Amino acid sequence: MLDYLISGISLGSVYAIIALGYTMVYGIAKMLNFAHGDIIMIGGYAAFCTGYYLHWPVWLAVLFAVVVCTVLGVVIEKLAYKPLRNATSLAVLITAIGVSYFLQNVALLIWTSNPKAFPNMLSFIPYVNIGRIQITGTALGTVVTCIVVMVALTLFTDKTKMGKAMRTVSEDKGAASLMGINVNGTISLTFAIGSGLAAIAGVLLCSAYPTLMPTTGAMPGIKAFTAAVFGGIGSIPGAMIGGILLGVIEIFAKAYISTQLSDAIVFAVLIIVLIVKPTGLLGKKITEKV
Amino acid sequence: MKKLSKDTLMSFVNYGIVILFYIVFQILASTGNLSSTMKGQLIPIVSYVIMALSLNLVVGISGELSLGHAGFMSVGAFTGAVVSTALTDGIPNTVVRLLISIVIAAVMAGIAGILIGIPVLRLRGDYLAIVTLAFGEIIKNVLNCLYVGVDRRGIHFSMNSTGALDLQEGGKVVINGPMGASIMKISSFTCGIVLLLLVLFVIQNLIKSRHGRAIMAIRDNRIAAEACGLNVTKYKLIAFVISAAMAGAAGCLYALNFATVAPKKFDFNTSILVLVFVVLGGIGNMTGSIIAAALLTVLPELLRQFQDYRMLIYAIVLVLVMIATNNEKIRGLIKSIGKKNKQESSGKEAA
Repeated sequence: MLDYLISGISLGSVYAIIALGYTMVYGIAKMLNFAHGDIIMIGGYAAFCTGYYLHWPVWLAVLFAVVVCTVLGVVIEKLAYKPLRNATSLAVLITAIGVSYFLQNVALLIWTSNPKAFPNMLSFIPYVNIGRIQITGTALGTVVTCIVVMVALTLFTDKTKMGKAMRTVSEDKGAASLMGINVNGTISLTFAIGSGLAAIAGVLLCSAYPTLMPTTGAMPGIKAFTAAVFGGIGSIPGAMIGGILLGVIEIFAKAYISTQLSDAIVFAVLIIVLIVKPTGLLGKKITEKV
Repeated sequence: MKKLSKDTLMSFVNYGIVILFYIVFQILASTGNLSSTMKGQLIPIVSYVIMALSLNLVVGISGELSLGHAGFMSVGAFTGAVVSTALTDGIPNTVVRLLISIVIAAVMAGIAGILIGIPVLRLRGDYLAIVTLAFGEIIKNVLNCLYVGVDRRGIHFSMNSTGALDLQEGGKVVINGPMGASIMKISSFTCGIVLLLLVLFVIQNLIKSRHGRAIMAIRDNRIAAEACGLNVTKYKLIAFVISAAMAGAAGCLYALNFATVAPKKFDFNTSILVLVFVVLGGIGNMTGSIIAAALLTVLPELLRQFQDYRMLIYAIVLVLVMIATNNEKIRGLIKSIGKKNKQESSGKEAA
């Protein structure tokens, strides 16, 4: 029982980190970045290549993955999303899907569709025993990383000037630019942070579930997006709670009900939550004015 | 003679395009100028055109983003598979059997549409989109665990395995969990085109009807429409259920064209594919949906010579087309070029 809870929280922490990226981008650019899941996959491959082929130390491989994804995120934003800043949200959505196909197929050409066995990059963390329960190093590392990321991100958006600029832009772009805030720069920064987080999530995900394929990021991407909506999209603590709850529900459903139906159960819970609370657990209620 | 309005003219253009498409491909097929891969693509093209039209009803006319349309397609596909197998002995005529299968598939998908629509349509915007996505995934997951068999006593269902179906001798397993359904191919291109014309007829007349105007009024301004006494949920549900039923019919037509169909075929990516047809063709524009769905279904086949690069090219084309059609500056540029040409030609005429 407690074992399941721990593996659930561990999986949920990965979802939470991915969901943070989704939520930040949604909050500021009001777009569903469907390519986010594929950035996770690219991050996984970047860490895999440097860590496995070039035998770089773990911290350097992870750093490299973060840099690659950050640059990739900013480039994608500049090339594909920026020209569509004032277009309808559906047009941006389809563009994001196009970018997602693009990344998947580039990965397919470079690394082929054969799954790669990802080495556990968190294996240096020792086991921890609490009473009779054993917590694996991977689970511990994932949860600790998630908490660090969460705290750092909350401090960043609440305390720093750039974080303040971010919140302003997400509130009202026009007023923000009148106040002398560089709106485009702030949006790029958000994409950079979101993509950097995706790289970390990629390494954590592949360390826990060690098969790496060009489609690795797709399903966790969708689930993390669900988690973000679950917690109330646009809210940072919401993404965190949503992610962890989703992970716990998924593992429990797998263990006690049915492995095949676990995804169906996760989505059913989401639907029930949204019907009871239409803007997610921590979402802001916006009343429409005529 | 009464002059036709622009809308009426456009709807006749749509029927014309479909009929022309049918005639051209029938001639090509009968003279043997059609490659076998293209022949195999004809029914999928028709199915995807119907899918695009039905999704356009939800996205374009009703103004709600649905990301789970493939779910309805799979409900139709698997209903069609079961019905057509169950009726094999009873109705030997394949055309009649196909029609009955399509009707029952549409009804089942419509019922699924009501069940999903009632909770979903209370939500708005992106939340509605994510819930339709979730429902699509749930339908796929449940179908993955579904086992259905047919014997003389009737149809048997199970969620565990084929053994639990307890079939009599001579019974047949129709749906085998993740392996999908085994089907007799009875779809025909002609039936598909007739179905497509029917779908087009229903949509175009719905748009022009009182109900259609109500649905579009709600799309344009929900609060104002509500203030005028329109029942928002009712009209949204009408559009959603009709769309679901059409998707079910398309799914049935699609499935009965293959020997086997797995639930995996109708996943999130298929929903997105259809959404791409709708958006590229122009939201709310039925002609655009028909052309975009037909072209984009064939495009990966045409790009086959590029092999590994074809999906990459598809992705790049998709992004570039979206930027070209939606960026203000590029749009302005195209418009100004168009204007210049017009001015020049009108200038010549005047001279």
